[in-house]
Amino acid sequence: MTQTLVDFDEALTRYEPVMGLEIHVELNTASKMFCGCATEFGADPNTQVCPVCLGLPGSLPVVNAKAVESAIRMGLALNCEIAEWCRFARKNYFYPDMPKNFQTSQYDEPIAFNGWLDVEVDGETYRIEIERAHMEEDTGKSLHVGGSTGRIHGADYSLLDYNRAGIPLIEIVTKTIEVPGDKAPAVARAYVNQVRDLMLALGVSDARMDQGSLRADVNLSLRPVGTTAFGTRSETKNVNSFRSVERAVRYEISRHAGILDAGGSVLQETRHFHEADGSTSAGREKSDADDYRYFPEPDLAPVAPSREWVEELRGTLPEPPTERRKRLQTEWGFTDLEMRDTIGAGALELVVATVEAGAAPASAKKWWLGELARRAKEDGVELDAMPITAVQVAELQGLIEAGRINDKIARQVIDGVLAGEGSPEAVVVGRGLEVVSDEGALSAAVDAAIAANPDVAQKVRDGKAAAAGALIGSVMKDMHGQADAGRVRELILEKLS
Amino acid sequence: MTDLTKATAAELSDLLANKEVTSREVTQAALDRIAAVDGEVHAFLHVANDAALADADAVDAARAAGEPLAALAGVPIAVKDALTTVGMPTTSGSRILEGWVPPYDATVVAKLKAARMPILGKTNMDEFAMGSSTEHSAYGPTRNPWNTNVIPGGSGGGSAAAVAAFEAPLAIGSDTGGSIRQPAAVTGTVGVKPTYGGVSRYGLIALASSLDQIGPVSRTVLDAALLHEVIGGHDPKDSTSLDKPATSFVAAAQRADLSGVRVGIVKELSGEGFDAGVKQRFEEAVALMTAAGADIVEVSCPSFVHALAAYYLVLPSEASSNLAKFDAMRFGLRVSPEGVSEPSAEQVMAATRDAGFGDEVKRRLILGTYALSSGYYDAYYGSAQKVRTLIAQDFDRVFADVDVLMSPTSPTPAWQLGAKLDDPMAMYLQDIATIPANLAGIPGISVPAGLSDGLPVGVQFLAPALADDRLYNAGAALERLLVEKWGTHLIGQAPELEVAR
Repeated sequence: MTQTLVDFDEALTRYEPVMGLEIHVELNTASKMFCGCATEFGADPNTQVCPVCLGLPGSLPVVNAKAVESAIRMGLALNCEIAEWCRFARKNYFYPDMPKNFQTSQYDEPIAFNGWLDVEVDGETYRIEIERAHMEEDTGKSLHVGGSTGRIHGADYSLLDYNRAGIPLIEIVTKTIEVPGDKAPAVARAYVNQVRDLMLALGVSDARMDQGSLRADVNLSLRPVGTTAFGTRSETKNVNSFRSVERAVRYEISRHAGILDAGGSVLQETRHFHEADGSTSAGREKSDADDYRYFPEPDLAPVAPSREWVEELRGTLPEPPTERRKRLQTEWGFTDLEMRDTIGAGALELVVATVEAGAAPASAKKWWLGELARRAKEDGVELDAMPITAVQVAELQGLIEAGRINDKIARQVIDGVLAGEGSPEAVVVGRGLEVVSDEGALSAAVDAAIAANPDVAQKVRDGKAAAAGALIGSVMKDMHGQADAGRVRELILEKLS
Repeated sequence: MTDLTKATAAELSDLLANKEVTSREVTQAALDRIAAVDGEVHAFLHVANDAALADADAVDAARAAGEPLAALAGVPIAVKDALTTVGMPTTSGSRILEGWVPPYDATVVAKLKAARMPILGKTNMDEFAMGSSTEHSAYGPTRNPWNTNVIPGGSGGGSAAAVAAFEAPLAIGSDTGGSIRQPAAVTGTVGVKPTYGGVSRYGLIALASSLDQIGPVSRTVLDAALLHEVIGGHDPKDSTSLDKPATSFVAAAQRADLSGVRVGIVKELSGEGFDAGVKQRFEEAVALMTAAGADIVEVSCPSFVHALAAYYLVLPSEASSNLAKFDAMRFGLRVSPEGVSEPSAEQVMAATRDAGFGDEVKRRLILGTYALSSGYYDAYYGSAQKVRTLIAQDFDRVFADVDVLMSPTSPTPAWQLGAKLDDPMAMYLQDIATIPANLAGIPGISVPAGLSDGLPVGVQFLAPALADDRLYNAGAALERLLVEKWGTHLIGQAPELEVAR
């Protein structure tokens, strides 16, 4: 099927987007939502299962109190009201990776509701209204074997892994988000990013989009500029990076505009997002009449958190993100622009961690927003998914400040760390990259450079200090870059004075 | 003691404690009786000869070594096939679970094992406990030991018949709308549905989660009390398990004192639809109790007229969800659809459920799926829940004035096998008097009240939630009055089974 895409900017001249974002956060509790099984990521298939999460006949669920605590803290951090009394419900549908053929979830009685989160894009603050945050259990995983797509159609057979079945999830649902169309992609991204930061600050989830512990669904519809009725929405499921959230919004705006321009109507359906080209493709057709036959879960007692407990948990909340950013900006001495760039690059938490590991804020920012951001973009991965840690970046900066490597060598050290050769220290030793600080060897190299470039040397003698650059270059080349350029310059000027 | 199979659990407990008999002797006697009569009765789906005898030997050794033992240690017991048992097949009477051996024990089964009670085997039941005659078992019906041409009640006909046929002194049942009490009534035995949450449901294959409750089946009220104390108590694995459930059932059964006890006769649970013989035995029981000092009054529970309708919305709705897990993916039967070379998972699920579930199960799953559907929920499931509240309010109101309620357990004695199979509504009406207790979560007991046309009928007592002890007091008192009148327990009047003669 050919897809007519309208240029994003052009689409916005005729339509305005209405978004809704749903984020699933896997909690990092030690055990599952309704049983005592472990939740460790990446264990051998079907090794973290029991009669309850396998849905064996006769088994019964028991609510994980730690998960309720995490849900309440999350709700409070999202400025939500916390229910005084709420229940779980059963969402009934048949699917092989769902052991009981119903998902135990919350339906019309969420644990948290009516909240908001402020996000900042290009210096503007947008308030995202939160409709609800509710608790539910994850499903197992189907692995479709054979066929070309890895999807169920065309597969030879399917394998089921129930390790994930029953892992506690919180689903955070926004109210409709109506922001200027040109800001919509960035606002969506900033919101997901900020929710992720909040989860990390709360310590309730690993919030790894690449491992699926934080997954975003983008619901989007268009309506003609100046009208108020909502159009038909598409639901792009399981978008797995911040950048992809932004791209999915852009793509869907272009795609919907193409359909509407041609006088067509948008199909209400789920969409798959494709990382490779940023497009989406049709998934499953949906309608508001999808019937999950919800009813209150009779096997679980209602959850009724006391107000005292809720207030006690409120006392454990981390600093609100907006206030924290202001504090960090002051502490770091960043300009508004520097701070905005840092946040925009998704580097805030990385800089925080690098500063905590001992680097100066400016140095930390320089690496994450410079060399490392460039490489992340080249590799098409998120900055925080790069195989280098904040501690390693701080170590790298420490090596420079100790004069053991220079800026240029540092880039080779990064190569080594990213290639899995170990810490910066290990790479410097392993690759023999330490700068030469042996005065004798440096002095000989400087003498050789002066002898080889008599004209340049004369200029320096004549007082043109800037000409020393060529001699420094020659020495550095001779030393394979492993020399302290500052000391080389000093030596040249001494010898030619 | 000439025939150990005729002894009550309380008597066996004494004999064992005094080392007059061994558990092996008692257990072997039960197994011999099963071997002799169960071909005719078909109370058991699985008999665990070796395991039961091994358990018996172990408890005998423990007793010989002087280890402290529970009152019922060494007394063998039969368990309804709705409870999971390690090492024994568990089918819930359904083809879809044929051959499934669970990897875990139900909490109640674990408690029986902890009390060192040898488990004789698993008893027959209507498929997934849906029925009042045990004819809906995928493995063939159980027959009533009083007359093998009539039904033993249901769904727990196997447990009741096993106890009535002296194949076991005790059995475990489960009661969703009367599945312990109605079989007890029609087999001349005692059955108790405890307060909801009083006994853990962990390991009970769910029919309707908000109604199901495990309870004792026995030949005397005291035996039921003894067993109730073994299986009751809080279980952290069951969220609906009560923190501080009732206790002291044995003491109440031993008290058996009606003086000053206020008994309410529920107007709506008598009269129309109740068999003449059933009414007669009930009135005689009331007269005996009055003479013994009980203060009898008539009370009205007007919402009970809606109980059956509410029950047949709540039960199928919850069942339609509870039984969704039987999908051939992880356990049990797996059937491939005919004429499909590479069936999808969905096709296998559908073919398996079609082949594995019986008609009554399908009927209720369809009803429940419909009742929960979007647009019908409020009218059906939602309304039914409101009726439950009204029924609970009726109970609250009358229990302000009386200690226990009393009614016939079931409107009729047992009927001929097959007589009601084509008339589900007639079958459903059997539970008219037992259902309100499940809807409100309160406890109930059925005790033998005598015979109607040669077949047993029962009287039911109901008490407020957590006042299960009142059932044992009132039930044991009526039992004593009747035994004094008859000179024996009702079960002692049962004809000897043909095959055992």
